[in-house]
Amino acid sequence: MLSTLQPPRSLTLLPFRRLHGSKTIASLASSSPTLDASSVSPPQSQILTTRRSLLSGETTASEIAKSYLSRIRLTEPQLKCFLHVSENVLKEAQEIDQRISRGEEVGPLAGVVIGVKDNICTEGMPSTAASRILEHYRPPFDATAVKKIKEMGGIVVGKTNMDEFGMGSTTEASAFQVTANPWDLTRVPGGSSGGSAAAVAANQCMVSLGSDTGGSVRQPASFCGVVGLKPTYGRVSRFGLMAYASSLDVIGCFGSTVADAGMLLHAVSGYDRFDSTSSKQDVPEFESQFLSMDSFESKPLKGVRVGLIRETLEEGVDSGVRSATQEAASHLEALGCLVTEVSLPSFSLGLPAYYVIASSESSSNLSRYDGVRYGNQVMADELNKLYDCSRGQGFGGEVKMRILMGTYALSAGYYDAYYKRAQQVRTLIRKDFKAALDHNDILISPAAPSAAYKIGEKKDDPLAMYAGDIMTVNVNLAGLPAIVLPCGLVEGGPSGLPVGLQMIGAAFDEETLLKVGHIFEQTLNGSGFVPPTLPNVA
Amino acid sequence: MSTTLFRTIQPNHFTLLTNALLRTRRTSRHISVRCQTSTTTQQSSSQQQQPRTSAPKNHGSNKLDEILKDYEAVIGIETHVQLSTSTKAFCSCPNSYGSHPNTSICPVCMGLPGALPVLSSKVVDFGVRLGLALNCSLSLKSKFDRKQYFYPDLPKGYQISQFDVPIASGGYVDVDIPLEFGGGHRRFGITRVHMEEDAGKLLHSDAGDYSQAMIVSKLDLVDLNRAGVPLLEIVSEPDIRSGVEAAEYGSEMQRIVRYLGVSNGNMQEGSLRCDVNISIRPIGQAEFGTKVEIKNLNAFSAMSRAIDYEITRQALLYNQGQADQIVTETRLWDEGAQKTVTMRKKEGLADYRYFPEPDLPEVIFTQEYVDSIRASLPELPEAKRRRYEAMGLGIQDVLFLANDVSVAEYFDEVIGKGADVKSAANWLMSDIAAYLKNEELSISDVKLTPQELAELIAAIKDETISGKIGKQILFELLAKGGTVQGMIKEKDLVQASSCYFPQNCITDPVEIEKMIMKVISESPKQLEQYRSGKTKLQGFFTGQVMKMSKGKANPALLNKILLEKLNAKD
Repeated sequence: MLSTLQPPRSLTLLPFRRLHGSKTIASLASSSPTLDASSVSPPQSQILTTRRSLLSGETTASEIAKSYLSRIRLTEPQLKCFLHVSENVLKEAQEIDQRISRGEEVGPLAGVVIGVKDNICTEGMPSTAASRILEHYRPPFDATAVKKIKEMGGIVVGKTNMDEFGMGSTTEASAFQVTANPWDLTRVPGGSSGGSAAAVAANQCMVSLGSDTGGSVRQPASFCGVVGLKPTYGRVSRFGLMAYASSLDVIGCFGSTVADAGMLLHAVSGYDRFDSTSSKQDVPEFESQFLSMDSFESKPLKGVRVGLIRETLEEGVDSGVRSATQEAASHLEALGCLVTEVSLPSFSLGLPAYYVIASSESSSNLSRYDGVRYGNQVMADELNKLYDCSRGQGFGGEVKMRILMGTYALSAGYYDAYYKRAQQVRTLIRKDFKAALDHNDILISPAAPSAAYKIGEKKDDPLAMYAGDIMTVNVNLAGLPAIVLPCGLVEGGPSGLPVGLQMIGAAFDEETLLKVGHIFEQTLNGSGFVPPTLPNVA
Repeated sequence: MSTTLFRTIQPNHFTLLTNALLRTRRTSRHISVRCQTSTTTQQSSSQQQQPRTSAPKNHGSNKLDEILKDYEAVIGIETHVQLSTSTKAFCSCPNSYGSHPNTSICPVCMGLPGALPVLSSKVVDFGVRLGLALNCSLSLKSKFDRKQYFYPDLPKGYQISQFDVPIASGGYVDVDIPLEFGGGHRRFGITRVHMEEDAGKLLHSDAGDYSQAMIVSKLDLVDLNRAGVPLLEIVSEPDIRSGVEAAEYGSEMQRIVRYLGVSNGNMQEGSLRCDVNISIRPIGQAEFGTKVEIKNLNAFSAMSRAIDYEITRQALLYNQGQADQIVTETRLWDEGAQKTVTMRKKEGLADYRYFPEPDLPEVIFTQEYVDSIRASLPELPEAKRRRYEAMGLGIQDVLFLANDVSVAEYFDEVIGKGADVKSAANWLMSDIAAYLKNEELSISDVKLTPQELAELIAAIKDETISGKIGKQILFELLAKGGTVQGMIKEKDLVQASSCYFPQNCITDPVEIEKMIMKVISESPKQLEQYRSGKTKLQGFFTGQVMKMSKGKANPALLNKILLEKLNAKD
């Protein structure tokens, strides 16, 4: 069933896919991009495919839904991407089919099977942010993004696993389960939106929503070989997103193609009167950017100025990642881009500033989980004991650590040295990005310093884990949009591990990112990043 | 957490007379504390007038006064004003007092995960209004901050407030100290006005049927109806020196918010709450003493008594060389015991870990916006008082009339119809005020229109009817409405003495004055009471003179002369 829907994803790994390992660095640039489709057809948008096949009557929403549910049943025991699978998937699919058969209009996401990160509220469906303190909590309302998806006919298939409250880079900090990376089940999917990324990679859903506070969409996209889109701060309403760090949080999108991520973003974007930090900026129609390869000119990205961030290729970055990034730059050049190196002098300041700001805000945002009104309450005869036990038993170690750090940073006498100083760094980073983006249309960098690492590898070394966020946190501090898409593979796992390229755009210019990303993706030799390890349901 | 519950909405009564009584009691207290020359007899009489003496015992008043005269109190007041917006500050829940617990709540004010605050523009509007009324400078760009602490009535674990950039700052307020407290004009600095949200309420489970309330522990329940209701907090400079001044400052705040229509200012409902910071220092010393906070002040009279109690308590400690026992703490006013008691000692400053609220953008408005609000401000109490004073009214009349905005508006309408200013004031202050009090009505409830009161005053002035008749029809008009002319015709009330039997009427002012002087000299007690504010005793004097003249004194003339004599300052 599925193979008829998306041909490239049922293909096994192709022999000509290059592996970028420290020893065997193959050059993608040497095999300069061929604009005529090679033996492999480029990845196709599943949203568009679904729309076409539903409207043509080729298949039904119910059939699609069934195939995804059976895929989930089959793969979930190994992957553990979902904390909850909806009981209403088939019912919702049937309603869409009925509408189509009655000749009624259906929304642009009709029949699209969507995973939603567990920190995004879904009415009546468990939404726990993967925390014990919210175990069994079912919100009385949909997040604005979810509401929009439902209004457009999208089917929420379930709630995806994550690091508790978004705090982590591996999804190991979930209170309930550890999600495996579909490329190598012994490795982490990245985090904190690990479940959403892995579910798309494993084709358990077509697209998914995640949230990105310091890279939580982009880094797992890189680890899982899918497209991860972090929009401009304010582009998507945060209403219904359980806050981690309010000034950094954005809802982001995962897809197996740039087009899918872009169309999902379009669906959930826009001003929301329930979020006063949401922007009134117009949301352009992204779909026109997703041309088919046949219509590309020979240099489809001619004149696009690309800045390769020098500091992201320095020490501490795996050589395989470095070379994959450099080859991606060459590929962009071959497409007509003008690639130059740019320097962001404040780059290395971002990580500590990020951890101060994010911890500070989280220490405040998580105060509401006190066991009084909802969630895990430990009854006690004394008030402080009630707080103590409810929070002590409800929060996991990583969350407690960040609450402690944030509380410390905001304390009288420390505020100026930490929080205020971090905000000054933030201003500096914004300025540096602004300057770099004045001279470039987009900036590029790796999405993470390495490919996916082993489960448990960094669990007891939080600083090593935090250091992995260095590529992504600055973008959140500056509030800019960024997309991560697979650009190559490095050695590891049964058949290599994906590496993501990060493209950073100017505020509210997701359009350019999607345009460049789409052409990059469609022209990359050996397209179709399909994890090899999963049972094939054909 | 003893939260007194007022389940029913209390109508905004015309409570001036009660206030005046409390004030009287307060004065004598004040005088007995402060006045150095008080004699033993005065002391005992003041003891009789206010049996619930609030000064610590075991000290003769004389000795106490000796001690007190060496110290000066430094008092600052934080006033929380609950705004009468239709919705809460950050969500669209109705802002209604007295609803069944937890019926006026939503994900936002419950602090559910993922819910975000959105500021109601009305709150900014009210903030600017109050800021202007208090002569503050407005911040065209201010912001919200989070004030963080844990308490079950605080759903988010932080209160959205304003920390370092309040919406308004650096203003002042002018008050008139009532005559019975020595009179005079005082100006108190306003440090700042800032916007914030209210918390919910803790209820004890034995307080009635609270099936809707959320369980905190075995004993306590939370009602979140009040959570998120908008507040303006007004912080005064430490310019206040006594309980009387503090009470007058508080009353002026209440008047101002009522004049502006930003709050009902009702202390019983908690719509206006005052926390007092008080320290004392030896006169002449520049540094402040140790500051004590007093809470649970449910009336201005209580505030005045609590402060005077606290001044005495601290002065005695100083005097006994135990100044070190004055510690930074929060004390509660115990109305029953008439004393302040320790609620909690503060060990160092509480750290609220303020930081800018990331869920809300900065509050930015233009000078034009401020100007347009300034242009729409009503005449404020201070301006009204000065205008009434300029019209020739005595300060007591002025204070009475300007105290309640609806009374002031009514009065303005009456004199706008050409009525004699003094007569209008007298009618409002005596018979109408008494009527309102007895019937538990407010001026807006009466059927008598300002137009008809003006007619009534005119009819008496031109002697169409006597004052006595006027009073009779006044009560009918108050209760049933109608017109003065209609009623005069209907009841054939035209003044007999002046029209039909002029020869029977005593119209000689000298003769009338003689009788008045005799009555006054025979009634020193009533005179004293009248002069201390019990103006409705005018009727008593009128009656006495009428009795003496066997009903023949021209009422208009009698009242005119009587008032002159009663209000004469000798």
